[in-house]
Amino acid sequence: MTHRFLASTVVVGIFVAIVWLPRVPVAAQAPTAKKPTGPAKTAKPWTTPRTPDGQPDLQGFWTNTTYTPLERLKNVTKEFFTEEEALENAKRAADVEGEQTEPGTIPDVHYDFTQFGLDRSQGAMALNLRTSLIVDPPDGRIPPMTAEGQKRVADRAAARKAMGGQFDAAQNEPLSVRCIIMDRAGPPMLAGAYNNNYQIVQAPGYVMILVEMIHDVRIIPLDGRPHLPQNVRQWTGDYLGHWEGETLVVESTNFNGKNPFQGSSENMRLTERFTRVAEDRIRYQFTVDDPTTWARPWSAEVPMEKTIGPLFEHACHEGNYGLANTLAGARAEEKRAVQEAATKVSK
Amino acid sequence: MRNRLRRSMVVTVVMVAVLSLAGIPAAGQARAYRAPHTADGKPNLNGIWQAINEANWDIEGHAAAPGLVTALGAAAAVPPGPGIVEGGPIPYQPAAAAKKKENFEKRLTLDPEIKCYLPGVPRANYMPSPFQIIQTPKYIMMVYTFARAVRTIYMDDQKEAPADSWMGWSNGRWEGETLVVDTTGFNDQSWFDRAGNFHSDALHVVERYTATSPDHLLYEATIEDPNVFTRPWKISMPIYRRLEKNAQIMEFRCVEFVEELIYGHLRKPPSK
Repeated sequence: MTHRFLASTVVVGIFVAIVWLPRVPVAAQAPTAKKPTGPAKTAKPWTTPRTPDGQPDLQGFWTNTTYTPLERLKNVTKEFFTEEEALENAKRAADVEGEQTEPGTIPDVHYDFTQFGLDRSQGAMALNLRTSLIVDPPDGRIPPMTAEGQKRVADRAAARKAMGGQFDAAQNEPLSVRCIIMDRAGPPMLAGAYNNNYQIVQAPGYVMILVEMIHDVRIIPLDGRPHLPQNVRQWTGDYLGHWEGETLVVESTNFNGKNPFQGSSENMRLTERFTRVAEDRIRYQFTVDDPTTWARPWSAEVPMEKTIGPLFEHACHEGNYGLANTLAGARAEEKRAVQEAATKVSK
Repeated sequence: MRNRLRRSMVVTVVMVAVLSLAGIPAAGQARAYRAPHTADGKPNLNGIWQAINEANWDIEGHAAAPGLVTALGAAAAVPPGPGIVEGGPIPYQPAAAAKKKENFEKRLTLDPEIKCYLPGVPRANYMPSPFQIIQTPKYIMMVYTFARAVRTIYMDDQKEAPADSWMGWSNGRWEGETLVVDTTGFNDQSWFDRAGNFHSDALHVVERYTATSPDHLLYEATIEDPNVFTRPWKISMPIYRRLEKNAQIMEFRCVEFVEELIYGHLRKPPSK
């Protein structure tokens, strides 16, 4: 399995090398995003092409990779950076990412992000001038949590703690380590560390969104059906779509609460909006409404930039030797600690 | 869309009526069906589909048998089925026949389905849960309930498999009214069923999907693997449209159901 993973990363690596030879400095890469997403400028109005059945056409391969944080950093007071500042930030972030794997270190053995093209600066990425993905509230930060929400977060943390240490059992590991769901795959869909790639396909009555990581897929029906019964809960909720003009609106409820989004409850109502604003850009907006967690709904906006396919099968669980090895390693260390203690006593 | 569908169904009914008047045998009628076409003029295979047979227990004909989990009693018994393999037993090479037998004996620990692994091809198509076809001119997606398996059928921009995978690398083409899917690039990990029928990474599957009525597909697959079989062999079965208004591919994220099974032996022992 490992060599198979390597094979596919080699393919990616070669591919990246072809695309990026000669390797240009990071600052020069970032402008591959042709049009920064920033304050609305007067541009030629974009007419979204139509699919044969008349839907606005969102099809293709897209990425929401970004260096822009979900929440505005505390020392930033404006809504938008200048293009110059945004490029400088991207360069700094890319430098940090590029430095993270020193030869011979554990991260280096696990992944060399830069070598295999996993670091964000090497792929397609929209240059986002926003200082936070959150656009509402205007301060760019998640609204304060209600008392009920805070209690839930505390309860969850306590329940988690009661399960023991992270390496005590597979179930104690984060969901993405367990290959159940990537922690930022959502919905709402936010970029994780790498491979933030999506394929959208449309057929009459449906929009399908395939997430590269763990081949997660949502087939969104557009036929106006009702939501699943209240008692039927799913990890990614129950998602229903409709078109509002040029915009695909997806309303999700029925979350099972096992993958809480920023501390949300299973009552979260999520509204996602996909609008193709250019040949190579989808504006992805989402609004989170969960009065049991936040006093008010909040919204974010993430550019999705056209990228190249295809997406290769990400058989995460099937090749999850890392999880077994981590647990086995923890057991071996415990055993060694017991032996060492026994040796000390016998001396 | 619905109008067009209705109109074409009327055409079909008339056509079938004419054909039956001409005294053409029933089997001929089924094949004469022509599915409504998509905007790009291809048979429209969009829909939620499911095989209804016992092939996932054993693609070959088999009698009912007890299950392997005593506590589950009749609920886990093997339902009898006449099989979907055409023309006699699967032509295993001698060593492969021995391995198949061993797989069967150790199926409780070896069957990848038990571990929630991606089901591979053709197995994904006859697991007892629905899958959805989302058809476009460039890509035909097949999304399965089990383990949320996904296949992309590349209708253009075709290339060789860049690496091995569980679901393989599928290139498709239309032959008249039939979608032909040529899949290679498999790993050697998936099985054909719970009975231990297996393949190597040289597996090559050519599937044919043909609509035989508004609600049926004829599914045929030729299976070739020079490391395991003495000759190519074929399976065939109908696949049925799920007609429920609320039919959908629901979440079956089975990884969490198998963690204790796979990793339970690595759990930290309770402290004394």
